[in-house]
Amino acid sequence: MQLGQHLSELYRYRSLVVSLVGRDLQARYRGSVLGFFWTFLNPLLLLSVYALVFSVYFRVQMEHYSVFMFTGLLPWIFFSQVLMEGSGAIVDGGSLVTKVLFPLQVLPAVKVLSAFSNFLLSLPILAVFLLVAGVGLHLTWLAFPVVACVQLLFTFALTLALATANVFMRDTRHILGNLLTLWFFLTPVLYPLTQVPEKYHLLVYLNPAAIFTLAYQDVIFWGRWPRWDLLGAMALLSAVILFLAVALFEHYKEYFAEKI
Amino acid sequence: MSDSPAIEVTGLVKRFRREILTRDWGTWKTVLLRPFQRQRRRDLFTVLDGVSFAIDPGRTVAIIGQNGSGKSTLLKILAGIYKPDAGKVAVRGRVSSLIELGAGFHPDFSGRENVFLNGTILGLSKKEISERYDRIVAYSGLGDFIDAPVRTYSSGMYVRLGFSVAVNVNPDVLLVDEVLAVGDEAFAHKCEDKINEFKRAGKTICLVTHDLGAVEKFADEAIWLDGGSVAAQGHPKQVIDAYRQKVAASEDAIRRDEGAQPQAILDQARWGDGAVEIEGLRLLDGQGQARAVFATGDAFTVEMDYHLKQPLTDLAFGIAFRNAQDVLCYGTNTGIDRQDLGRAPERGVVSFKALRLDLVQGTYFLDVAAHAKDGRVYDYFKRAASFAVRSGVGDEGVFRPPHAWDIRPQGEKR
Repeated sequence: MQLGQHLSELYRYRSLVVSLVGRDLQARYRGSVLGFFWTFLNPLLLLSVYALVFSVYFRVQMEHYSVFMFTGLLPWIFFSQVLMEGSGAIVDGGSLVTKVLFPLQVLPAVKVLSAFSNFLLSLPILAVFLLVAGVGLHLTWLAFPVVACVQLLFTFALTLALATANVFMRDTRHILGNLLTLWFFLTPVLYPLTQVPEKYHLLVYLNPAAIFTLAYQDVIFWGRWPRWDLLGAMALLSAVILFLAVALFEHYKEYFAEKI
Repeated sequence: MSDSPAIEVTGLVKRFRREILTRDWGTWKTVLLRPFQRQRRRDLFTVLDGVSFAIDPGRTVAIIGQNGSGKSTLLKILAGIYKPDAGKVAVRGRVSSLIELGAGFHPDFSGRENVFLNGTILGLSKKEISERYDRIVAYSGLGDFIDAPVRTYSSGMYVRLGFSVAVNVNPDVLLVDEVLAVGDEAFAHKCEDKINEFKRAGKTICLVTHDLGAVEKFADEAIWLDGGSVAAQGHPKQVIDAYRQKVAASEDAIRRDEGAQPQAILDQARWGDGAVEIEGLRLLDGQGQARAVFATGDAFTVEMDYHLKQPLTDLAFGIAFRNAQDVLCYGTNTGIDRQDLGRAPERGVVSFKALRLDLVQGTYFLDVAAHAKDGRVYDYFKRAASFAVRSGVGDEGVFRPPHAWDIRPQGEKR
């Protein structure tokens, strides 16, 4: 009921969401010489750094390691970037929150969607790398939209809850920054699941970030279908989190303007 | 147009928690510890306390009141940004609020891009903005600057662009919060025109302002908020008069507090041979109440307590007013006025009574003196007290003779 209203308000203001996402994407590189090209250049440079460290200096014994790592790193960057920026979405809204009337769920949604657009825009770079490295483009890419949607749902739900919490407890963002570092190393981004002892696999599967990371690695790198059961469970979990996050948001939203 | 009011407020109460005002953020620590604390702090601060009024469609209503009386909070509640704690608020029709101009403007974007962004935030569709775009730009008067980044704009240009977008939303109800004060003369005229245009189009306008002149010019009705409740509502002129009186009274209280401190007047001076001492000084109104603020034309009394240190036969008392520029506005003494004091008591009170204080608005200083008829000074106290004169009229100079204007054809008898 509440969830439906929350989402339909968001849908009604979709043109605002689109404009603000556009503003976010354009503003990021406004005034720089290379402009929008940075959207592609950034992941490329990042990849070079990781490739240098792990394939040249640190010499990980794994075929196509840098491509493997890149496959998991792109969705992780999207995820962590959204949580960091999105948790401050309402607090940073400033006069938009205190002086203008519109559904405030627009603000976190904009952060999620603009980072998601960046993620999608970095995919061509990944594709080029897959081809150059000889991994190729597997048929399992067909499952990519499903994985991406599940991750999007999970990220959106979490961001909404964190953005709400951060209005009342400004420590949220600082705590989150440190937790994300821990979370990153607990998620099999830099190492394949096979490197984790069998007895800990269950623990890995309890980590939602691991589920989508593994799914991306499956469909993009390994060329196999993802674990549908895990994805399904995660979609369900995300729906529950979204439900709770919306309830939290709707309950507290009337105090946002006063608290900022 | 329907008969139901465009804005209807009944029993509106709004409280803020004091912590908000002190920026005492909650932290995860305080939240975790909260269940263990004996009691939660509930320090509430009532901003609006049972406000009720109704505004009919097509009326222009001004909300006036001193700073902190809850005007802006009321407007934010009407705009739907704050939720009332109690009471009901109904606003019928599309609302546009000129509370923040240019909300969401991005400094790096051009005026053009920001018009679209700001318009979307205010609830317009892309098509609606495109249709109105030329009008918006023409109205803002920005010309070629529309393609420059907004960060290069002057603050006036910024506000003009924001205003242009906001008024082109075409609302049924327009909420305005003290934004018309910015911008240059030409723009102020444009704002006036726009408000008149809205009035002609039958829109409901609710404006918060300190510009009482604007209230008299535009408003059909005024609401005076005082300390979170409606102190008066009705015809603008009457409400403004009541408000001005209250302001004068509170100003008076402040001035009297200030007057109680000897340092209040910096360049006081006092000389004389000490044969007479002026020990006390009071400024009184017609009812004998101590006052520090008078209105032009009020009755005015200066009372001095004096003490004769030795028997004197040639005693005179004098007073003088000087304005802030130290221009002597009026001075007299009992000798000049041929008042025979007779045998003055050793300790007495001498008073100067003016039936009308016909000075124009400003701050004045009072000199008092006791001296001999030949000019020898017993006690001269320069700038012994100050008082203010308030006037609803903007006339200039020093004094205002009671007057009237009249006009008639030449040659006609008076």
